[in-house]
Amino acid sequence: MSEKAIICKDLTKQFGDFKAVNKISFDVGQGEIFGFLGANGAGKTTAMRMLCGLSFPTSGEASVAGFNVYRQQEKIKASIGYMSQKFSLYENLTVYENIEFYGGVYGLSRKEIRTRGEDLVNRLGMVNETKKLVAGLPLGWKQKLAFSVAVFHRPKIVFLDEPTGGVDPVTRRQFWDLIYEAAADGITVFVTTHYMDEAEYCHRISIMVDGRVEALDTPAGLKSRFKANSMDEVFYQLARQAQRSGD
Amino acid sequence: MQPSVTLKDIVMTYDKGRVKAVNRVSFDVQHGEVFGLIGPDGAGKTSIFRMLTTLLLADSGSATVEGLDVVKDYQAIRNRVGYMPGRFSLYQDLTVHENLQFFATVFNTSIEENYDLIKEIYEQIKPFNKRPAGKLSGGMKQKLALCCALIHKPEVLFLDEPTTGVDAVSRKEFWDMLKRLKEQNISILVSTPYMDEATLCDRIALIQNGNIMSVDTPQNILAAFPEKLYAAKAKDFYSLLKQFRSDPAISSCYAFGEYVHLTLKDEAKNESFIKELADKYGAEEFEVKIIAPTIEDSFIRLMREDDGSPVQNTAMHE
Repeated sequence: MSEKAIICKDLTKQFGDFKAVNKISFDVGQGEIFGFLGANGAGKTTAMRMLCGLSFPTSGEASVAGFNVYRQQEKIKASIGYMSQKFSLYENLTVYENIEFYGGVYGLSRKEIRTRGEDLVNRLGMVNETKKLVAGLPLGWKQKLAFSVAVFHRPKIVFLDEPTGGVDPVTRRQFWDLIYEAAADGITVFVTTHYMDEAEYCHRISIMVDGRVEALDTPAGLKSRFKANSMDEVFYQLARQAQRSGD
Repeated sequence: MQPSVTLKDIVMTYDKGRVKAVNRVSFDVQHGEVFGLIGPDGAGKTSIFRMLTTLLLADSGSATVEGLDVVKDYQAIRNRVGYMPGRFSLYQDLTVHENLQFFATVFNTSIEENYDLIKEIYEQIKPFNKRPAGKLSGGMKQKLALCCALIHKPEVLFLDEPTTGVDAVSRKEFWDMLKRLKEQNISILVSTPYMDEATLCDRIALIQNGNIMSVDTPQNILAAFPEKLYAAKAKDFYSLLKQFRSDPAISSCYAFGEYVHLTLKDEAKNESFIKELADKYGAEEFEVKIIAPTIEDSFIRLMREDDGSPVQNTAMHE
């Protein structure tokens, strides 16, 4: 992976005396699936907000899709997609209206929205649902739609904040198929999850503890370094040293 | 001795019968048992909790808690159960101590009276006694909610997804707390979407779309897995997954961490057959072994039996 989608050097965010994110450094390659793990309160959300151009770092450097996090926040926003479990779709708009809305926000033409929109609902098997309100869809469908909408404008990077909570094990795996497809298309995937088996699907994983990146490697590399059989054990060994708790 | 909780043919619907949330569900929870309701969002778990805690009426069927009928004896039940709903439901602008005091008073008791029951959990949040509950971290909120549900020394504890959205370390701590409560002979009905937590329960019900697919000990559910299960991996994981999934000789194939778990259509075949398949697809660094199933394997298996093969008909995989 020659090109870097994200470059991060000593990135820090301080609230008063509290270092929410404390000098984190890492690179993410184009088309990589990068798992961003950490206990509640470790600083994941704060770090992600800086990388998405939603908050200014206190110090350190970072570029996302080639744009500077201090000076080019709007360019970053146009180059990324974002999906979280809590907020992504408008429940009282239909499936197709959501697609149109997001396509419009990201500056796609009517024609592009129409052709890509058709392709999207076909791939998701939602052709008969396009005129239904999102509120009435099963959670698993909402998650797949939310992801597809987040990559609808073909961003360089998509940020996924705990995308798969609460669904059945088959639907959860179908969701990861979408992630793999996106990565195969060259989209960089930056994902947080509480499911440790999903951490194994990532190319590389970083684990944050108390604002710092305590470990960063491939899943196999981490397991051998911590002499653990599963990512669960790796995570537990690292996260239980945490001094601070909670968000 | 009669069971602590019984449900018989419970049916619950919403939206004037248009949405069926719970479909003829029956099971019992024994005294001092940790019983897990395992299933995804929308499976009907919360409806069952609300019905048992006398907050919702079932359309049909019957249920008892400590021998009391959920409809006739609803007031008596409310004094004898503790309920921790899935959504944080304490008073956000009251402090930790005020919340606990409030729940103790409502149940006509005091914090001191049953202090031994909550001591171990409460001491962990006591340093934050004067903090408003809304300003606590996720893990601490969870501990406070558990204390409030326990303060009147209930005989049955209902915990609706207490560990959802909580990190792996806090989840583990929470289950250790439950184990100690169980020793006090409190019956516990707990729900979770995390399949790995199922093995921490004495017995479990696997639930999906309002239907109970199986009720048994985790060990028995695992033992009932009907076929040989294999785990395989290769250098290019995603290609292997796609190739195996579309291969006619393979019956099921799902990603499980760094491995794919698969079963064969022909039970007489074995690892060497799978190895040959992998060679045919040119898989590098290929490994395959027979493994024992996990609860998640069993759950997926039961889901497929329930409504055909959900994976193939959701279009994602052609």
